[in-house]
Amino acid sequence: MTEVISARGLRKEFTVRVKAGRLRRVTQVRAAVDGLDLRVERGEMLGYIGPNGAGKSTTLKMLTGVLTPTAGDVRVCGLRPVAQRTRLALRIGVVFGQRSQLWWDLPLRESFDLLRHVYRVPAAEHAARLRRCRALLDLDGFLAVPVRQLSLGQRMRGELTAALLHGPEVLFLDEPTIGLDVVSRQAVRGFLAELGRAGDTTLVLTTHDLADIERLCRRLVVVDHGRIVHDGTIADLHRRYGSRRLVVADLDVPLPQPPVLPGAPLRQVAADGHRLVYALESAGVADVVAGLAGVASLRDVAVVEPDIEEVVARLYRSPADPAQAADPAGPASAQVAGPADPVGPSPTQAADPPESAPTAGGPAETAATG
Amino acid sequence: MAGSRPLGHGVVTSLPIVALGTRPAGRVARSGRVWLRLEGNGVGSVTATVAPSTTPNVILWFRTFRAITASGFRRYSTYRQAAVAGIVTNVVFGFLRCYVLLAVAGGAGAAAGYDRRQLATFVWVGQGLLTVILLWGWTELADRIRTGDITGDLLRPVNPVTAYLATDLGRAGYAALARLVPPALVGPLFFDVYVPTRWSTLPLAVGAVTAAVVLCFACRYLVNATAYWLTDVRGPLILWTLGSGVLAGLYFPLRFLPEAVYVPLWIATPFPSLLQTPLDVLVERDPLPVQVALVAVQLGWAVLLLAACRLVQRRAERRLVVQGG
Repeated sequence: MTEVISARGLRKEFTVRVKAGRLRRVTQVRAAVDGLDLRVERGEMLGYIGPNGAGKSTTLKMLTGVLTPTAGDVRVCGLRPVAQRTRLALRIGVVFGQRSQLWWDLPLRESFDLLRHVYRVPAAEHAARLRRCRALLDLDGFLAVPVRQLSLGQRMRGELTAALLHGPEVLFLDEPTIGLDVVSRQAVRGFLAELGRAGDTTLVLTTHDLADIERLCRRLVVVDHGRIVHDGTIADLHRRYGSRRLVVADLDVPLPQPPVLPGAPLRQVAADGHRLVYALESAGVADVVAGLAGVASLRDVAVVEPDIEEVVARLYRSPADPAQAADPAGPASAQVAGPADPVGPSPTQAADPPESAPTAGGPAETAATG
Repeated sequence: MAGSRPLGHGVVTSLPIVALGTRPAGRVARSGRVWLRLEGNGVGSVTATVAPSTTPNVILWFRTFRAITASGFRRYSTYRQAAVAGIVTNVVFGFLRCYVLLAVAGGAGAAAGYDRRQLATFVWVGQGLLTVILLWGWTELADRIRTGDITGDLLRPVNPVTAYLATDLGRAGYAALARLVPPALVGPLFFDVYVPTRWSTLPLAVGAVTAAVVLCFACRYLVNATAYWLTDVRGPLILWTLGSGVLAGLYFPLRFLPEAVYVPLWIATPFPSLLQTPLDVLVERDPLPVQVALVAVQLGWAVLLLAACRLVQRRAERRLVVQGG
C-alpha cells in the first residue's frame, strides 16, 4: 500500500478583527485547522465530516494547494501542494459542491473538450472516460446546454465528470450532494461507489449527509474545532460511543414488570407498556426475542440499526473524548503521542480511542471559517 | 483500462520477460511509469522507465494556450445582444467625438499635427479599439476572488495569469471582428477618413494593437487583483476608469497636451500605450522610426506589467483566504 496523502501537524490560522469598545478593534488569531495528522492510503475512501466551521473545507484547500498552511507538513501524491500546485493539479480532481469549476457560458461538451487540452489528456483516453461518465451519470440529455442553464443536479454531474476526465489519482469532494434531490443524489452516490470499487482512485469526501458516508466510506474521520476527534470505521464510532442495535418489541398485552434480560438492558417503555425497547450489548437478537416470548405474547419485533446521525450529533455537541473524561492523563498523553509517533496514527491504530482523539476543547481560539 | 496510448511514444528500458509484441498497448503515465498487461507471460505488473513523450513541452503548452484562447472567443461570442447594444453606443459616441475634434481642427484644417482625415480615422478606429483592448468593464477576476470561485482557477494545471491572458486574447479576437469592424465601416460613410500610405504601417499597427491588448489585460488584471487584499475593488476600478480614459488618449489625443507633458507620460506610464500608440501608428502621425519606437515602448510595458501580474498573483496566493465553505 502506498501513501497518497500525508499531513503532519497541519495548522491554518486566520486573523479576524473583532470589535472591542466603541472604536477599538482587536486582531485575533484563530485556528481553523489546529494540528491535524492524517494519512490516506491509495484506493481508500475517506469520509471527512464535522460540524460547520470545523475546518473541513480549509483542510481540503490546504491539501489541494489553494491555501498555504500556517504550519505543518503536507504531501499529496508525493508533492508539496502549494509549491507544486500546477503539477499536483494534473493528478488530482476536485469538486466543490458550492462552487462551479465549469465555464459558465460554455456548453458542457465544450467545457469537457477544453479540459482535455488544459490537462493535456490524450484524445482516446479522454473519449473513453467521457463515454463512461456519460453512461453512468446520464449526461447525454444536456451535453449541449450552456452550464449557466443547467439545473443543480445536472451541473453537479457535469462537475464530477470534469473532475475525472484527466484520470486523477485522488478525488477530493467537498459536499458533492449538497442541495441535490433524491434521484441526483443516488446517481452521484452510485457513480462514486462504482469508482471506489475500481479501487485505483483515492477518494476524500466531506459532507453533512451521513448517508453518503455510510454508502461510500469505510473510514470516517470526524473533525471539530480543527482537530480530529475520531478516526476509524463507522462501527468503531458506534462502539466508542456505546450506540447499540435496538430490539423493539410490540406486545399484545402490557407486562406489569418488563423482564430483565442479561446482556440487553431495557432502554425504553412506550405506548403504555405495549412497546419495549432493548439495547443489544452482549445478547443477540434471538436471546432477546426468546426471553420476551417466554413471558409475553409478541405482536411484532423489529431490529433497529444504530443511527449514525445521532452518534455524530452527540460527537458534535460534546467533542471531548469519553475516554478522556474518565482518564485525566488523556489530554497530556495525546499531546505527547504526536511528536513521539512521527508517522501519526494509521487507520487501524486510530480506531483505538485514546490514541486517535487528541485534546478537543484545547485552545480557546478556534475558528469559524469553513 | 480506459484508453491506451501506443508504447511507441517512449523507449522502454529494463523491461524483463515481456516482449513488447505480446501486448500492443499499455498505459503511459506522466510520471514515466508504464503499465503493461501480461497476457500468457504471467500475472502482475511490470514497472519500467520511459523516455519523456516525444512532443516537446513548448508545443503542448501552445496547444493548451490555443485551446483556452479559442474557448475565450466562443465564450464571448455567445453574448450577441450585448454586442449589438455596444456597437450602437460606440457609433453614437463616435459621431459626438468626431464632430468635437473636427470643430477643434476648425478652419485651419489641422490640430496638434493631425489633419481632418487623420482625426476622423483616430476617432472611428478608436471607438472600435476601445472594446478590443477592453479598457473598461472587466471585473471577472475581482468577482471570482470576492466570491471565492478563484479556487477553481487555482486548481487547474495552468497559471491563472496565463489562463486569463489566453482567454482575453480569444475575447479580443472576437471583439476585433464584432466590435472593431462596424465603427470602422460606419465612419467612412459619413466622414472623409485617412487611409495609411506606407506598407510598413499595417504590420506595425497589427503589432501595436496586439501589444495594446496584452498590456491592457495586464493593467486590468492588476486592478482586479487588488481584490485579494481589498475584497471590494470599486475604488481602484473608478480610479482606473478615470485615469485610463484621460491618459490613454480616449477623450482627446494626447498630442493636444504640451510636449513636456505627454512625452514623460508616454514613457513613464503605460496608459498612452493602450490606445494612443496604436492609433498614432495607424494614422501615420509620425515617421517610421518614431512609430517603431512607440511600439517598442509598448512592448516593454507589456512585458513589465505581465511580470508584475505573475508576481502579484504569487504574493496573493500566499495570503489567500477563501471564506465560507
